[in-house]
Amino acid sequence: MQFFTDNFDVLLKAFLTTLSMSLLAGVLALVLGTLLAAMRVSPIAPLRGLATFYVELFRNTPLTVVFFFVIFGLPQIDTVVGFFPGAVIAVGTYTAAFVAEAIRSGINSVSAGQAEASRALGLTFGQSLREIVLPQAFRTVVPPLGSVFIAMVKNTSIAAGFSVTELSSTLPRLVNADAGALLLVLLGVVVGYMIITLPMAFAVNRLERRVAILR
Amino acid sequence: MRLTRYAAAAAAFGVVLTGCSSEAGQQAEEAADATVEVEQDVDFEAGTTMAELADAGTITIGTKYDQPGFGLLNPSGVPEGFDVQIGTLIAAQLGIAPEDIEFVETVSANRESFIQNGQVDLVIATYTINDTRKELVDFAGPYYEAGQDITVAAGNPEGIAGPDDLAGLNVCSVEGSTPAENIRTNYPEAQLTLFDVYSKCADALTNGQVDAVTTDNVILTGLVAGNPEGFELVGNPFTEEPYGIGLELGDTEFRDFINDTLEASFEDGSWAAAWDATAGQITGTEAPEPPAVDRY
Repeated sequence: MQFFTDNFDVLLKAFLTTLSMSLLAGVLALVLGTLLAAMRVSPIAPLRGLATFYVELFRNTPLTVVFFFVIFGLPQIDTVVGFFPGAVIAVGTYTAAFVAEAIRSGINSVSAGQAEASRALGLTFGQSLREIVLPQAFRTVVPPLGSVFIAMVKNTSIAAGFSVTELSSTLPRLVNADAGALLLVLLGVVVGYMIITLPMAFAVNRLERRVAILR
Repeated sequence: MRLTRYAAAAAAFGVVLTGCSSEAGQQAEEAADATVEVEQDVDFEAGTTMAELADAGTITIGTKYDQPGFGLLNPSGVPEGFDVQIGTLIAAQLGIAPEDIEFVETVSANRESFIQNGQVDLVIATYTINDTRKELVDFAGPYYEAGQDITVAAGNPEGIAGPDDLAGLNVCSVEGSTPAENIRTNYPEAQLTLFDVYSKCADALTNGQVDAVTTDNVILTGLVAGNPEGFELVGNPFTEEPYGIGLELGDTEFRDFINDTLEASFEDGSWAAAWDATAGQITGTEAPEPPAVDRY
């Protein structure tokens, strides 16, 4: 316990960094992912091609490589981002690819009759997507989206290797100071991540039950 | 039919590859053999760690795999460096040949736990001796005195002469290392940027994202050697980092044995020869004076 009281401020600051990184990256991923999903189902071929290229690129590149590119590659082309914004961008753009695919599967699950009816009523593509299709699509993809976002929270730990003082980076720092406390530090870090992910899982569960479409 | 043909081709390719790598590995081992004489008739008191190791004919040593000059994995998968040579010298006194040493990668965070749970017999991995660590493991040595130093971009644009000049500047180090903790505690005006490996600090310095890199001078020398036109070592060590050999807490006989072996190697020139063959190639300097072994 002495160990926790001595290092509580370190752990708290790191926890808040992880939390803020997860929130910001989550918002970025959700917005970008929805946009990409819309692009992938759009009737305009270049948009479809661009979105497909983005999704295939980011789904098949390891997150560490994305981080390397954002933190060390961008400065080579004279675009310098700070370490924390860079981490948010890297995690957000990577997760957006997965969010896009999840939402696209949701869009495909909405029966074609909905889209046809909305076009027949005179709604444009954007309007039919926004008012008719996406609300129904989101209702079906709550569980997979929940998984994607919980995985994203854990993926933020990669930022520890790129100069963001978040939860995982407290591991080497506290263990080096007192190697006997290794298990306590591990416990603290795991509890920190669970404080973020368990409520998320719980909320996803509740939300799923509320919006589930009974067929 | 096509499948079996592909499988046969792949298997043949694999055999050729393993043949190539084992030949290179053999060359590295021959090089190591050439410099170290293995004791043939060893006799230790029964029940001591030395007797156990000598009977087993093998020893597990933890070392770094990413420190040029001290512990760096070579392309054939065998670590090379000053730490590795010290390990070879000790194993030789136990009657264990260099090719029978099992090397394991130990990073800064796991050195104590590997010793405590017996995954390694010794840790020789740029391991600084300090009192907190002495509560968990025993130290033989020191076998080298390093010091914390600073590397800057060539030309030293910020005019950094010592740690006090780091105030307000971005300095890079590795999370969890003693030099990082030193800056954090004693020079809090410096902005610390912490990565997980020194190679990222080198990238950041090249890109101008940090103004300086700080760690032990031997590690810095390795970094500078990787980019001599871009980096420059300030050359003003401001701490003393005695590198020791970590072993199990309380094993006094083994510690005395290793200390005796170290002192003998200081006398008979094998320590200096090990330095010249490894870290000396990078620093370009003669072997320094060996430190005094601390028998506490």
